[in-house]
Amino acid sequence: MNKFELSQTPLQADELKDCLRDPAAGGFVSFEGWVRNENEGRVVHRLEYEAYPALAEKEGRRIVAEAIERFGLTAALCVHRVGSLEISDMAVWVGTSSPHRGEAFEACRFIIDQIKVSVPIWKKEHYTDGDSGWVNCERCAEHGHDHSTHHARGPGSPAKQ
Amino acid sequence: MKTLHIEYYALLREQAGVKQQTVQSETRTPAELYSQLAAKHGFSLGTEQLRAVVNEEFVNWDRQLNDGDRVVFIPPVAGG
Repeated sequence: MNKFELSQTPLQADELKDCLRDPAAGGFVSFEGWVRNENEGRVVHRLEYEAYPALAEKEGRRIVAEAIERFGLTAALCVHRVGSLEISDMAVWVGTSSPHRGEAFEACRFIIDQIKVSVPIWKKEHYTDGDSGWVNCERCAEHGHDHSTHHARGPGSPAKQ
Repeated sequence: MKTLHIEYYALLREQAGVKQQTVQSETRTPAELYSQLAAKHGFSLGTEQLRAVVNEEFVNWDRQLNDGDRVVFIPPVAGG
């Protein structure tokens, strides 16, 4: 399995965890991102994730490879959903394993934080009032430069949020 | 005149009304190309909110465009 993948179908945490088993691993950490029913005061009833697949996979694999190198991991993997998701569905799964626990915890956090800022995946929320919107896009568009610092970036350097 | 292949995602895809298009353009850089396309499609996002990608590499807005380049403008991402 590649270090970063997009999935059209529901994520199976147990199966993903088994991909990281290794005799050299003494600790395993995973993070699951779930679809929440609220965002910035609005009630969300479902959402859609859209990706630019070629670049998302390239960026995602770069991030996971960097984490393995930086933290000396035994293994790491991230899988992100695309398509239509309901409340409480798993949107993203990150797993890390390492000889000792500290590196696995740190690397798991590193991977999800980097995924959120630099992998080309977009989220469209559908609200109970019938409205919908692309997260981080609509408000930026309305407010123009107000939010531009959130997305200030050069080539290859992820935005900080 | 260059032939440029453009793909749209998320908000830009909806505003363009198409997923991809091929244009004949004399624009020299992604910044010039985006300005031309934004005027045509009425995009609400400015270049300060986007990143430019050419042939699956993030590039500077003033990079030279070449015939046959595949160009994507990346709206603010929201994975995770």
